[in-house]
Amino acid sequence: MQLLNLLFNRHHDTFQHGIHPPEHKEDTRDMAIRQFSFAPVVVLPLVQHIGAPSQAVVREGQEVSRGQLLATAGGYVSVPVHAPVSGTIRKIANVPSASGKMVPGIFLEAFPFSGQEVMEGTPVDLDTASPEEILKGVQDAGIVGLGGAAFPTHVKLKVPDDKHCEVLLLNGVECEPFLTTDHRVMLEQAEDIYMGVRYLLKATGAKRAIIGIEANKQNAADHLNAHLPKDLPLEVKVVPVKYPQGSEKMLITSTLGLEVPSGGLPIDVGVVVVNVATTAEIGRLLPHGQGIQERVVTITGPGVKKKGNYLIPIGTPLRYVLEEVGVEDNISEVYLGGPMMGMAVSNLDISITKGTSGILVFTDKEVKKQQKVYPCIKCGACVEACPMFLNPSQLGILAKNEAYQEMADHHNLMDCFECGSCSYECPSHIPLVQQFRIAKSMVRKRKSKAHAN
Amino acid sequence: MLTKTLDISTSPHIQRGMSTEVIMRNVVYAIMPMVLFSIYAFGTAAFWVIFTALVSCLLTEYVLCKLSGKESSLSDWSAVITGLLLGLTLPPIFPLWMTFCGGVIAIALGKFVFGGLGMNVFNPALVGRAVLQAAFPVAITTWQEAFRPDRFTTIPTSLKAMPFMSPVFDGVSGATPLSAFKFDHITAPAAELAFGQVSGSAGETCAILIILGGLYLYARRMINWRIPVSILGTVFLFSGALYLLDATNYPSPVFMLLSGGLMLGAFFMATDMVGSPLNPKAIWVYGAFIGIMVVVVRIWGGLPEGVMYAILLANALAPQLDRIFKNRVYGTVKRKS
Ligand code: SF4
Ligand code: SF4
Repeated sequence: MQLLNLLFNRHHDTFQHGIHPPEHKEDTRDMAIRQFSFAPVVVLPLVQHIGAPSQAVVREGQEVSRGQLLATAGGYVSVPVHAPVSGTIRKIANVPSASGKMVPGIFLEAFPFSGQEVMEGTPVDLDTASPEEILKGVQDAGIVGLGGAAFPTHVKLKVPDDKHCEVLLLNGVECEPFLTTDHRVMLEQAEDIYMGVRYLLKATGAKRAIIGIEANKQNAADHLNAHLPKDLPLEVKVVPVKYPQGSEKMLITSTLGLEVPSGGLPIDVGVVVVNVATTAEIGRLLPHGQGIQERVVTITGPGVKKKGNYLIPIGTPLRYVLEEVGVEDNISEVYLGGPMMGMAVSNLDISITKGTSGILVFTDKEVKKQQKVYPCIKCGACVEACPMFLNPSQLGILAKNEAYQEMADHHNLMDCFECGSCSYECPSHIPLVQQFRIAKSMVRKRKSKAHAN
Repeated sequence: MLTKTLDISTSPHIQRGMSTEVIMRNVVYAIMPMVLFSIYAFGTAAFWVIFTALVSCLLTEYVLCKLSGKESSLSDWSAVITGLLLGLTLPPIFPLWMTFCGGVIAIALGKFVFGGLGMNVFNPALVGRAVLQAAFPVAITTWQEAFRPDRFTTIPTSLKAMPFMSPVFDGVSGATPLSAFKFDHITAPAAELAFGQVSGSAGETCAILIILGGLYLYARRMINWRIPVSILGTVFLFSGALYLLDATNYPSPVFMLLSGGLMLGAFFMATDMVGSPLNPKAIWVYGAFIGIMVVVVRIWGGLPEGVMYAILLANALAPQLDRIFKNRVYGTVKRKS
């Protein structure tokens, strides 16, 4: 049977293809979450999420207390921003963001010895609130996907009228090497997660919830099982360690055996996927009507001296963070997120935002050297890695000829979610994902142009 | 204050650490035991044939890169593979000037006209050999038996034939097991085939070494296991079925597997990444096609051996197979063309 499965690539407990990069989680996975110190000035970008910028409701010079609303949502696909610390608004001006663009932001100077109390708002009562009220509460709390996507969670939770949500799927996979934030959250914030699940079940109308956890976090799975309230319809599913197990589509396939249609969303197969840390945040904040002020970040990598999992106030400047934990002299690159999909930053004046799940620091030893790019030798490694079953080799050749439209029309370019598995495997060091990113944006641009005309 | 300037690069920031150069170099490692065995079995003559093929391929690659103003691609080791494989597919007493021509053709016609490594349609070594077979049908089917006592002391005169002169063969032509079967219905014992006690092309005779080389590459994830499995499986099933029908006229499947260039072809020629398809389903079809062709040519065709033509034909079909037997893209119902 094993052989048959091997021959026909049949696996039922996981998606097919994918890769096995070294995990490197041992440095931080046993390190409990610690509170990070407050920076003298926090800088809060008003674009920390995907969607419209938040609108500032404070003025320069105003004194605010921790948890106070600083900016309101700038539309439906947008969320508010809250004060992570009590202090004085120094400036409202453009600030750099990770993408390199300047975005509007708020400079908040902390009071020297400010307390830890957080302002409370109107609680969202689990028993009496309607699904709409819960969604509103989630938006008011400023919650976005904490796994890194930073998409406003209330939008994701909204089940369209013609659709039905069967299963609430919690994502506790954390398949990116090095990162251990979700791992620690599951170990330390089980009660918040259970509470979050109750809110989310009610908001989506799902009858049951599943949490998918990669097998390298068995202790987290055991912990969540051991303390599971009897009345909570939550099932813990351990899935094999494989990248990109944590992508929504792959996790749906691994846990439910379903495939999200090309171009569609999880709700098309009756599923809503929420990151586990996001869930914990909902469970913690909604009963008190509070907004999100801090998040758990794994700070790790060979270039970091005090590695660990830290609870960092949103808006803390990256430079301050790195100075506090200490870095080696020969650091070369800093990534926000994991090594597979994280973004390299050149500017340390950017802030920790709601979507920052990890800070990874590589020294010049780990940074991949300028490697010689060979022609594609059709080795097929990329084909056997791509979880979407695309043909990256073929796409790469088309990209080289700038045949972007053909890539989209005949080779499912738009199904590529830039997981990087193909580039990771390629022995010829062809920058496949990079080419696909460019190709995708070209196709999108062309499409919106065609719409405009 | 942290003042370090940081580099930026695009994700992913880690890689498996495999490189094309390493893969090619390991293929060379896997081929080396066969080279040594062939020199051991066929003597100095085999050395000169393989050496000439190698030099001619490297030289051609070098000159063509120079002429076309490209950076030399010698460092990717692919020309070494082509040279060694070409040498191994030739009879060990093949005239050296012909061998040299074969190398030039393999690289120039087999690889360069297509645009170099990665762009070639056919396995370059087989292109070289196919042209030699067409041009010199006698020389390429004249064999020497293995383990001649004088194999290290004398050099066969045919080796030293002057260009464009018909070579003189020393009159010692050991029939290969396949031709013995084809024309005289004699099958060699499996053990002799497995351990290379028979005559044949320089590198094809010792099945065990070929399989070991293939396993080494498989263990290092450098060949696609589906290719040898599908080829050998098809040959075994197809010839096995014939053997069951009529054991007097058809050879046993074991003989079919171990004789001629099948092992060498299945593990080292058909697996050439550039010429084989990418999609798993296409690979199965590719292998099955080669397997069927080999049996058909060997049993019903006019030639004793069909591995070379089977692989070349399959190479030509590979892009088409990839197009037809595409992977089903995640989340799509039907194949989109
Ligand atoms: S980056 Fe795109 S093409 Fe490459 S493996 Fe991931 S989904 Fe496939
Ligand atoms: S992994 Fe690289 S060399 Fe291999 S087939 Fe894909 S693109 Fe070509």
